[in-house]
Amino acid sequence: MPVEASNGEDRKTIIVFSGDLDRAMAAFIIATGAAAMGSKVTMFFTFWGLNILRKPSGEAVRKPLLDRLFGWMMPRGPAKLGLSKMNMGGLGARMMRYVMKQKKVASLEELMDTAKELGVKLVACTMSMDVMGLRPEELIDGLEFAGVATYLSEADRANVNLFI
Amino acid sequence: MSEKYVNARGLQCPGPLVQLSREAKNAAKGDRIIVEATDMGFKKDVAAWCAKTGNRLVNIGECNGVVRAEIEVS
Repeated sequence: MPVEASNGEDRKTIIVFSGDLDRAMAAFIIATGAAAMGSKVTMFFTFWGLNILRKPSGEAVRKPLLDRLFGWMMPRGPAKLGLSKMNMGGLGARMMRYVMKQKKVASLEELMDTAKELGVKLVACTMSMDVMGLRPEELIDGLEFAGVATYLSEADRANVNLFI
Repeated sequence: MSEKYVNARGLQCPGPLVQLSREAKNAAKGDRIIVEATDMGFKKDVAAWCAKTGNRLVNIGECNGVVRAEIEVS
Protein backbone atom coordinates (compact mmCIF):
# COMPACT_ATOMS: atom_id res chain seq x y z
CA MET A 1 0.00 0.00 0.00
CA PRO A 2 1.38 3.42 -0.84
CA VAL A 3 2.34 5.66 2.04
CA GLU A 4 -0.42 8.21 2.40
CA ALA A 5 -0.33 11.67 3.89
CA SER A 6 -2.62 12.41 6.78
CA ASN A 7 -5.33 13.68 4.46
CA GLY A 8 -5.15 10.50 2.41
CA GLU A 9 -3.50 12.01 -0.64
CA ASP A 10 -0.28 10.91 -2.22
CA ARG A 11 1.95 13.89 -2.97
CA LYS A 12 5.36 14.38 -4.50
CA THR A 13 7.47 17.49 -4.69
CA ILE A 14 10.38 18.14 -7.01
CA ILE A 15 12.70 21.13 -6.81
CA VAL A 16 14.06 21.88 -10.24
CA PHE A 17 17.23 23.84 -9.59
CA SER A 18 19.12 22.83 -12.74
CA GLY A 19 18.64 24.30 -16.15
CA ASP A 20 20.26 21.42 -18.00
CA LEU A 21 18.41 19.47 -20.66
CA ASP A 22 19.21 16.05 -19.20
CA ARG A 23 18.26 17.09 -15.68
CA ALA A 24 15.07 18.78 -16.88
CA MET A 25 14.09 15.62 -18.72
CA ALA A 26 14.67 13.50 -15.64
CA ALA A 27 12.55 15.87 -13.58
CA PHE A 28 9.65 15.82 -16.02
CA ILE A 29 9.78 12.08 -16.62
CA ILE A 30 9.60 11.45 -12.89
CA ALA A 31 6.84 14.04 -12.45
CA THR A 32 4.80 12.63 -15.31
CA GLY A 33 5.33 9.05 -14.18
CA ALA A 34 4.25 9.93 -10.66
CA ALA A 35 1.15 11.70 -11.95
CA ALA A 36 0.33 8.69 -14.10
CA MET A 37 0.46 6.62 -10.93
CA GLY A 38 -2.02 8.85 -9.15
CA SER A 39 0.25 11.19 -7.23
CA LYS A 40 -0.35 14.91 -6.85
CA VAL A 41 2.91 16.38 -8.08
CA THR A 42 4.27 19.87 -7.53
CA MET A 43 7.42 21.07 -9.26
CA PHE A 44 9.25 24.12 -7.91
CA PHE A 45 11.47 25.89 -10.37
CA THR A 46 14.27 27.94 -8.95
CA PHE A 47 17.47 29.57 -10.26
CA TRP A 48 18.63 27.85 -13.42
CA GLY A 49 15.46 25.77 -13.50
CA LEU A 50 13.54 28.92 -14.35
CA ASN A 51 15.15 28.91 -17.78
CA ILE A 52 13.13 25.82 -18.62
CA LEU A 53 10.01 27.92 -18.17
CA ARG A 54 11.06 30.83 -20.33
CA LYS A 55 8.98 31.58 -23.40
CA PRO A 56 11.08 30.91 -26.52
CA SER A 57 9.90 34.12 -28.16
CA GLY A 58 11.69 37.03 -26.59
CA GLU A 59 9.07 39.04 -24.79
CA ALA A 60 9.80 42.74 -24.94
CA VAL A 61 9.95 43.68 -21.28
CA ARG A 62 11.29 46.89 -19.91
CA LYS A 63 13.93 46.15 -17.34
CA PRO A 64 17.25 47.43 -16.03
CA LEU A 65 20.44 46.61 -17.92
CA LEU A 66 21.76 44.05 -15.44
CA ASP A 67 18.49 42.12 -15.54
CA ARG A 68 18.56 42.17 -19.32
CA LEU A 69 22.16 40.96 -19.34
CA PHE A 70 21.22 37.98 -17.22
CA GLY A 71 18.42 37.22 -19.65
CA TRP A 72 20.74 37.32 -22.68
CA MET A 73 23.30 35.05 -21.09
CA MET A 74 20.90 32.31 -20.11
CA PRO A 75 19.13 29.79 -22.36
CA ARG A 76 15.62 30.82 -23.27
CA GLY A 77 13.31 27.84 -22.96
CA PRO A 78 13.61 24.05 -23.33
CA ALA A 79 14.99 24.10 -26.86
CA LYS A 80 18.03 26.09 -25.81
CA LEU A 81 19.15 24.12 -22.78
CA GLY A 82 22.61 22.57 -22.64
CA LEU A 83 23.68 19.23 -21.28
CA SER A 84 25.04 19.02 -17.76
CA LYS A 85 28.07 17.16 -19.11
CA MET A 86 29.75 17.02 -22.53
CA ASN A 87 27.77 19.95 -23.76
CA MET A 88 30.66 20.89 -26.06
CA GLY A 89 29.33 24.34 -26.73
CA GLY A 90 25.84 23.07 -27.47
CA LEU A 91 26.84 20.19 -29.73
CA GLY A 92 26.26 17.65 -26.98
CA ALA A 93 22.73 18.88 -26.45
CA ARG A 94 22.01 18.71 -30.19
CA MET A 95 23.33 15.15 -30.34
CA MET A 96 21.27 14.15 -27.32
CA ARG A 97 18.13 15.60 -28.83
CA TYR A 98 18.83 13.82 -32.11
CA VAL A 99 19.35 10.45 -30.43
CA MET A 100 16.21 10.85 -28.35
CA LYS A 101 14.18 11.62 -31.44
CA GLN A 102 15.59 8.56 -33.19
CA LYS A 103 14.70 6.36 -30.23
CA LYS A 104 11.23 7.86 -29.96
CA VAL A 105 11.79 9.39 -26.55
CA ALA A 106 9.41 12.27 -25.95
CA SER A 107 11.00 15.70 -26.26
CA LEU A 108 11.22 17.98 -23.24
CA GLU A 109 8.49 20.17 -24.69
CA GLU A 110 6.21 17.14 -25.10
CA LEU A 111 6.96 16.00 -21.56
CA MET A 112 6.08 19.44 -20.24
CA ASP A 113 2.75 19.38 -22.11
CA THR A 114 1.95 15.91 -20.81
CA ALA A 115 2.85 16.93 -17.27
CA LYS A 116 0.50 19.89 -17.42
CA GLU A 117 -2.23 17.74 -18.91
CA LEU A 118 -1.89 15.27 -16.04
CA GLY A 119 -2.30 18.05 -13.52
CA VAL A 120 1.31 18.48 -12.41
CA LYS A 121 1.60 21.85 -10.72
CA LEU A 122 4.41 24.10 -11.94
CA VAL A 123 5.51 26.75 -9.48
CA ALA A 124 8.13 29.43 -10.12
CA CYS A 125 10.23 30.76 -7.28
CA THR A 126 9.71 34.50 -7.12
CA MET A 127 12.95 35.22 -5.28
CA SER A 128 15.21 33.69 -7.89
CA MET A 129 13.09 35.23 -10.63
CA ASP A 130 13.90 38.56 -9.12
CA VAL A 131 17.62 37.78 -8.79
CA MET A 132 17.85 36.75 -12.42
CA GLY A 133 15.70 39.56 -13.67
CA LEU A 134 12.93 37.36 -15.04
CA ARG A 135 9.44 38.80 -15.20
CA PRO A 136 6.24 36.69 -15.16
CA GLU A 137 5.41 37.76 -18.73
CA GLU A 138 8.61 36.09 -19.91
CA LEU A 139 7.56 32.71 -18.59
CA ILE A 140 5.08 30.27 -20.07
CA ASP A 141 1.41 30.20 -19.10
CA GLY A 142 -0.07 27.98 -16.45
CA LEU A 143 2.43 28.74 -13.71
CA GLU A 144 1.95 29.62 -10.09
CA PHE A 145 4.31 32.04 -8.38
CA ALA A 146 5.40 31.47 -4.81
CA GLY A 147 8.18 31.48 -2.27
CA VAL A 148 9.95 29.05 0.00
CA ALA A 149 7.11 28.71 2.51
CA THR A 150 4.79 27.38 -0.17
CA TYR A 151 7.41 24.88 -1.21
CA LEU A 152 8.04 23.75 2.37
CA SER A 153 4.38 23.33 3.20
CA GLU A 154 3.96 21.16 0.11
CA ALA A 155 7.11 19.19 0.86
CA ASP A 156 5.87 18.61 4.40
CA ARG A 157 2.92 16.71 3.02
CA ALA A 158 4.82 14.87 0.30
CA ASN A 159 6.19 11.37 0.67
CA VAL A 160 8.87 11.92 -1.95
CA ASN A 161 10.87 15.11 -2.32
CA LEU A 162 13.54 15.46 -4.97
CA PHE A 163 16.18 18.09 -5.69
CA ILE A 164 17.17 17.98 -9.33
CA MET B 1 -17.66 -4.68 -18.89
CA SER B 2 -15.58 -3.66 -21.87
CA GLU B 3 -12.12 -4.36 -23.09
CA LYS B 4 -9.81 -1.59 -24.25
CA TYR B 5 -6.62 -1.95 -26.20
CA VAL B 6 -3.75 0.47 -25.80
CA ASN B 7 -1.03 0.36 -28.40
CA ALA B 8 2.01 1.80 -26.67
CA ARG B 9 4.49 0.20 -29.02
CA GLY B 10 7.39 2.45 -29.84
CA LEU B 11 6.66 4.72 -26.90
CA GLN B 12 9.39 5.25 -24.38
CA CYS B 13 8.93 5.62 -20.64
CA PRO B 14 6.78 7.25 -19.34
CA GLY B 15 4.67 7.00 -22.50
CA PRO B 16 3.05 3.59 -21.92
CA LEU B 17 2.25 4.45 -18.30
CA VAL B 18 0.67 7.75 -19.28
CA GLN B 19 -1.50 6.06 -21.94
CA LEU B 20 -2.53 3.40 -19.46
CA SER B 21 -3.44 5.94 -16.78
CA ARG B 22 -5.50 7.90 -19.32
CA GLU B 23 -7.49 4.78 -20.29
CA ALA B 24 -7.92 3.76 -16.68
CA LYS B 25 -9.34 7.17 -15.82
CA ASN B 26 -12.10 6.71 -18.38
CA ALA B 27 -12.71 3.06 -17.59
CA ALA B 28 -15.35 1.52 -15.37
CA LYS B 29 -14.79 -1.06 -12.68
CA GLY B 30 -14.42 -4.47 -14.20
CA ASP B 31 -13.18 -3.22 -17.55
CA ARG B 32 -10.11 -4.82 -18.99
CA ILE B 33 -7.26 -2.83 -20.48
CA ILE B 34 -4.69 -4.52 -22.65
CA VAL B 35 -1.44 -2.64 -23.17
CA GLU B 36 1.27 -3.56 -25.59
CA ALA B 37 4.63 -1.83 -25.27
CA THR B 38 8.11 -2.29 -26.69
CA ASP B 39 9.73 -0.49 -23.75
CA MET B 40 11.26 -3.36 -21.77
CA GLY B 41 11.06 -1.40 -18.52
CA PHE B 42 7.30 -1.51 -18.80
CA LYS B 43 7.19 -5.11 -17.62
CA LYS B 44 8.23 -4.12 -14.11
CA ASP B 45 6.61 -0.70 -14.32
CA VAL B 46 3.12 -1.97 -15.03
CA ALA B 47 3.26 -4.21 -11.95
CA ALA B 48 4.32 -1.23 -9.84
CA TRP B 49 1.59 0.92 -11.40
CA CYS B 50 -1.06 -1.65 -10.60
CA ALA B 51 0.13 -2.08 -7.02
CA LYS B 52 0.13 1.67 -6.55
CA THR B 53 -3.23 2.44 -8.15
CA GLY B 54 -5.02 -0.60 -6.79
CA ASN B 55 -5.80 -2.12 -10.17
CA ARG B 56 -5.32 -5.81 -10.79
CA LEU B 57 -2.63 -7.11 -13.09
CA VAL B 58 -4.31 -10.11 -14.64
CA ASN B 59 -1.67 -11.17 -17.11
CA ILE B 60 1.80 -10.12 -18.14
CA GLY B 61 3.82 -11.62 -20.94
CA GLU B 62 6.59 -10.89 -23.38
CA CYS B 63 6.78 -12.03 -26.95
CA ASN B 64 9.13 -10.93 -29.74
CA GLY B 65 10.21 -7.84 -27.84
CA VAL B 66 6.67 -6.76 -27.05
CA VAL B 67 5.43 -6.64 -23.46
CA ARG B 68 1.73 -7.43 -23.22
CA ALA B 69 -0.09 -6.60 -20.01
CA GLU B 70 -3.71 -7.19 -19.14
CA ILE B 71 -5.15 -5.06 -16.36
CA GLU B 72 -8.51 -5.31 -14.70
CA VAL B 73 -9.81 -1.97 -13.48
CA SER B 74 -10.73 -2.30 -9.82
